[in-house]
Amino acid sequence: MTFSAPTEATRKPVVRLGDRLFAGTARTAALIIMLALAGVFVFLTIEGLPGLTAPESIYKPADDFWSYVGPLVFGTILAAIVALVIAVPFSIGVALFISHYAPPRLAAPIAYVIDLLAAIPSVVYGLWGGLALAHSMTPAINWLYDNLSFIPFFAGPPSVTGRTMLTAGIVLAIMVIPITTAISREVFAQVPRLHEEAAMALGATRWETIRLAVFPYARSGVVSGVMLGLGRALGETMAVAMVLSATPVVTLNLISNTNPATIASNIASNYKEATPDRQALLIATGLVLFAVTFAVNFVARLIVSRHEKKVSR
Amino acid sequence: MAKSIDVSDLDIYYGDFKAVEGVNMSIRARAVTAFIGPSGCGKSTFLRALNRMHEVIPGARVEGKVIVSGQSLYDPTVDPVAVRRQIGMVFQRPNPFPTMSIYENVLAGMRLNSKKLSKSDADGIVEKSLRGANLWNEVKDRLGKPGMGLSGGQQQRLCIARAIAVSPEVLLMDEPCSALDPISTSAIEDLIHELKSEYTIVIVTHNMQQAARVSDETGFFNLKAAGQPGHLVEFNPTHKMFTNPDEPATEAYISGRFG
Repeated sequence: MTFSAPTEATRKPVVRLGDRLFAGTARTAALIIMLALAGVFVFLTIEGLPGLTAPESIYKPADDFWSYVGPLVFGTILAAIVALVIAVPFSIGVALFISHYAPPRLAAPIAYVIDLLAAIPSVVYGLWGGLALAHSMTPAINWLYDNLSFIPFFAGPPSVTGRTMLTAGIVLAIMVIPITTAISREVFAQVPRLHEEAAMALGATRWETIRLAVFPYARSGVVSGVMLGLGRALGETMAVAMVLSATPVVTLNLISNTNPATIASNIASNYKEATPDRQALLIATGLVLFAVTFAVNFVARLIVSRHEKKVSR
Repeated sequence: MAKSIDVSDLDIYYGDFKAVEGVNMSIRARAVTAFIGPSGCGKSTFLRALNRMHEVIPGARVEGKVIVSGQSLYDPTVDPVAVRRQIGMVFQRPNPFPTMSIYENVLAGMRLNSKKLSKSDADGIVEKSLRGANLWNEVKDRLGKPGMGLSGGQQQRLCIARAIAVSPEVLLMDEPCSALDPISTSAIEDLIHELKSEYTIVIVTHNMQQAARVSDETGFFNLKAAGQPGHLVEFNPTHKMFTNPDEPATEAYISGRFG
């Protein structure tokens, strides 16, 4: 084989057909996702804009758009926070157990069961939460009220049905756990052996090894898992709609029977019987949810990247 | 304080598989002991058994004795974590903690051992360890920078600094130069020469010239046949090993006639 000296005409770099095909396919896929996202945004904006400036009667019981959507945004974020506060430590613990503590014979079935949890439809969680969990939550709610009512979250008066923000948060947490666990487990398992051995050779115990070598390596992956879980918690409709009977209030109280709805559950429970004006309003709240999700993700990423910069200063 | 290691009738298993069989040797304090041998002959496994690092693989266990200055390493009352705090290890590929600065990397072991460390003590330990690893002059102006930003050879010396920061009694090195270029290798070899005045050093190497250059005593490991456990063929002063070995197999290996 001979290589001809490059002349002006043949200066083009050689690109194989297969490479070009694959790059094209990947680029197209990426483009389609961006287009789909943009499409959703355009739809929400066009359909929802009339909802921002509708006649006052549409916003009952509130009197303008922002006071209508305010309690919903608050309820959405509160439910998501309650869910994450419960789910994140739990998920990281389970993921660590599977990747670093459990004997292999036990780890595989546990991981499998956790993955199965993710496949259960949210309506089923909603039914279970509204009927079984709510009922069995009442003693716990009473206990919280009796002993911790000085904390605003548990100010009471306690709900007798157990259909509270706390119950909704727990149901959401159970739905978030499989996603966050699965992703955390994957990144924990990918920590290079060499990093862990570095820690162990310094005389680190198992927990110290995890702190020294596993967490720093896995941090950004775990954040991704939490973000995906947060996405599910923010957007969840049925489970929340079936647990909470909603009133438009802004309250930190997690155990009373007046609870704000979330944006998504509010849309789900009102969309069917809504007039066109009302529908536009609901779509506008959807746009707000879209923006909130974006903002939350953005802020979380910002915090993480700033933290990482500080570490590698 | 450097300590000697006495190994008697040591067998090492991974589950049912016997990886190393019947090793007897005494490793001298304040000297460099090198292990050579073909791949898969168990020299790295044996090295890792000296600070119980092989136990991180499930099912690994040993039979026989390893005595470090009168104390049996495998006594049931001995905590493997405590063993590893006294017997440091440097790995084949440099492995500084990726999210930590150079400064924090050196102190990582100290932070585990003692909760409180004053700033001046910490600074002192960092400087002493980095000087000990011949790295101080190269990094003293960028201690806050990430350890991963150094060259491979510098990273490996950073790992050595990290290992000696906790003042171990023994330093184990598992092919510490195999991922490094000749200049970095020579820097590490010089460092090994200096470290042996204070530490007992055991090094596994694939490079026979390296064993000849750095070590005082050499052990040659080999397999009897494929699938058989590795064993120690010969253990003698390095000079004797490379000029007039007792075993014909050693001579064959060293002169390149096999392996």
